[in-house]
Amino acid sequence: MKYEEVFCDIEKPLNLKTAQIESSRCYYCYDAPCITACPTGIDIPSFVRKISNGNVKGAALDILSANVMGGTCARACPVETLCQEACVREKSEKKPVAIGQLQRFATDEYFKTGEQAFTRAPTNGIKIAVVGAGPAGLSCAHHLARLGYDITIFESRAKAGGLNEFGLAPYKLTNEFAQQEVNYILSIGGITIEYGKSLGKEITLDDLRGKFSAVFLGVGLGGNNSLGIPGEESKMVIDATRMIEKIRQTKDLSKIPVPKNVIVIGGGNTSVDIAIQMKKLGSEFVTIAYRRGRTEMGATHHEQELALTHGVQLLNWVKPVKIEADSMQFEYTQVESGKLLGTGKMITLKAEAIYKAIGQTLVSSEKVSLKNGKISVNEKFETSLSGVYAGGDCTGVGEDLTVTAVQHGKLAARSIHEKLGARKHG
Amino acid sequence: MADLSCRIAGVKSPNPFWLASAPPTDKKYNVERAFKAGWGGVVWKTLGEDPPVVNVSSRYGAMELPGQKMMGFNNIELITDRPLELNLQEITEVKKAWPDRAVIVSLMVPCNEESWKKILKRVEVTGADGVELNFGCPHGMSERGMGSAVGQVPEYIEMVTRWCKAHTRMPVFVKLTPNITDIRGPARAAKAGGADAVSLINTINSITSVDLDVMAPRPVVGGKGTHGGYCGPAVKPIALNMVAEIGRDPQTTGIPISGIGGISDWRDAAEFMALGSTSVQVCTAAMHYGFKIVSDMTDGLNNWMDLKGYRRLEDFVGKAIPNVVNWNQLDLNFKTIAHIEQDQCIQCGLCYIACEDTSHQAISHDKKMGVSKYEVIDKECVGCNLCQLACPVDCITMIPQKTGLPYLPWTQHPNNVMRK
Repeated sequence: MKYEEVFCDIEKPLNLKTAQIESSRCYYCYDAPCITACPTGIDIPSFVRKISNGNVKGAALDILSANVMGGTCARACPVETLCQEACVREKSEKKPVAIGQLQRFATDEYFKTGEQAFTRAPTNGIKIAVVGAGPAGLSCAHHLARLGYDITIFESRAKAGGLNEFGLAPYKLTNEFAQQEVNYILSIGGITIEYGKSLGKEITLDDLRGKFSAVFLGVGLGGNNSLGIPGEESKMVIDATRMIEKIRQTKDLSKIPVPKNVIVIGGGNTSVDIAIQMKKLGSEFVTIAYRRGRTEMGATHHEQELALTHGVQLLNWVKPVKIEADSMQFEYTQVESGKLLGTGKMITLKAEAIYKAIGQTLVSSEKVSLKNGKISVNEKFETSLSGVYAGGDCTGVGEDLTVTAVQHGKLAARSIHEKLGARKHG
Repeated sequence: MADLSCRIAGVKSPNPFWLASAPPTDKKYNVERAFKAGWGGVVWKTLGEDPPVVNVSSRYGAMELPGQKMMGFNNIELITDRPLELNLQEITEVKKAWPDRAVIVSLMVPCNEESWKKILKRVEVTGADGVELNFGCPHGMSERGMGSAVGQVPEYIEMVTRWCKAHTRMPVFVKLTPNITDIRGPARAAKAGGADAVSLINTINSITSVDLDVMAPRPVVGGKGTHGGYCGPAVKPIALNMVAEIGRDPQTTGIPISGIGGISDWRDAAEFMALGSTSVQVCTAAMHYGFKIVSDMTDGLNNWMDLKGYRRLEDFVGKAIPNVVNWNQLDLNFKTIAHIEQDQCIQCGLCYIACEDTSHQAISHDKKMGVSKYEVIDKECVGCNLCQLACPVDCITMIPQKTGLPYLPWTQHPNNVMRK
């Protein structure tokens, strides 16, 4: 089997006919719960109705004006816990309108036309710095560019896209979609990216504050949590995000080593992503080990099902004890009087690779105030430093999702414009 | 097990489901397939004088709704384009092979007695059970002084019907066009001419859609289009009304009716029959799904009749006619109001926005913790049914209220200055 087939779309995209049939299932609700459930507030009934009426361009513009990364979100959003969970058809028949699929159809069709939906206002000469070319940073930059600002994005890596490019499972975002979307966003004009520039290394916040009228931090979470158990320093222990990045960025998938026994530690969607990828690459035994039960897992029910149908084993109620040369030992757990305790019973699994998907941490050497280890922002996404804004995963506001980051970037851009626009005209 | 056998104007069939005069009944091949599938009868596609007509290529258009194709169907096909002799020969063969099925022959010839006399004699020898005079076709043939050109002039209907009755022993069905202002005129004329039954409705003048690239009506024939005849589920309400008008008109009441117009299932058929149709004719549904649909029609009607305790068709044919009245006979003291069953409500808000934007502001919207609740404000509700019709999950019931007030029609209402 070819690798393109291995990592092809898990769900087949809709075509015009199937999209119209599916869109006809939408009731066009008043005060629609799906809109409320969408972190970017896309007017879902409107865009779905437009698809149904053959106005696919109108549908795409409804989506993109609320969420410029509507294409990625259509693929990567856990819709089963967002818009589709809220869909009234989920309530009535346990079969919501396939909003994610419809959104993908509309945006894909529109991108095929090569049109640019938005026009940039004449430049106003105000310079804004954005740190991080991930979903939050790109969204912020795009909104400000539309308003006429000149944006410089500083990106530590050699490629833009952030977790869309480096962190999402390849079967969710096929055919270089993340880069196509980045190119689309940049094509509005007024945005330049300087690659290989990390905050605290090549650039400093003080510098940026001196040279730019405002700074937006969309730096994400660069660090990974550690297990704190003996043997963790073993070479076979790798951060799941690093492995996903390796798979996403490799030129030749056949060069990726395929261990026979894989253990993934953690219960979130990232653990499912890496587990399925390893299974698809050919690992024989892939186990997701999580210290609590399935209902407590961060991975949605849909993701868990996906893991199971790909032959991944879910091992619940176990906590890591130690890592040895070719195995890992766990202790069974149970909840007693509200506390998670070890039972004393052990289980040892063979392993040639162990991927940690137990959450990420902020790497920051700057003097912005933190809250619970993440950048503290107010409702306008202002940090403790005047003129410095932040959004996305690095802030700890909302869930760590592309769609949330896009919304933060959008709202921060509005705040920046509110402040700077007023200063300019006032 | 109810008895579905049907007898209308002396024509017998094992069930009331006939295929209407149209493409499905143009040939022996199709008709025999229909009979094998269980259809009770057919009205053979209209015969005319030789030389046969010529049909265009690109003949049908349709109106579709999201998720439902062919809600309305339109054709610009003419009568049979096969030689008369061939049709007559096939009719003879079919009737001989299927003696228990009704075979009616639709006819359309120029408006002179000799033409009708001649063709009737030839049809008689086929053994067909009856003829249906096509006074309805609204396109092509009407430009030649036939079809609806006759059906729109009651005097012509009466005249031609009289000729036909004079020149054949076969029962004469007169097929009426809906492209008139009051169906009772043509129906009365048919009765006056001696018709044994009327069939209605024929198709309605229509343009189903416009091809916005070609800028021409569909179906497009080489860049041009023409109006066609409209049928299918969308026309059923128009047909039901016309059937009821004939059923309750003192001058035509009692004339057997073969109901036509968007009938797709047993329930549609039962509705036409409740308004006075003895048999029903189907076309679009068969053209959409094939002949097999008749099994659900016979089966469904049978089960419904068993449920209601009707043993034969006569037990319910025309049973709804007495309840079709003029508006001025409706009880103005009758009051019904909507009730939303909260357990079944999915909070789509369609009832609310319909009432709020376009009706009587009789539904309240309360949102707590992000969850909406919609309730009827009883004193504002006029009982219009809009919310119930808009509700996608049927959780709204219209509940008749006890007012304690007597029957009060408009004819007696104090606001009516003309009251007696």
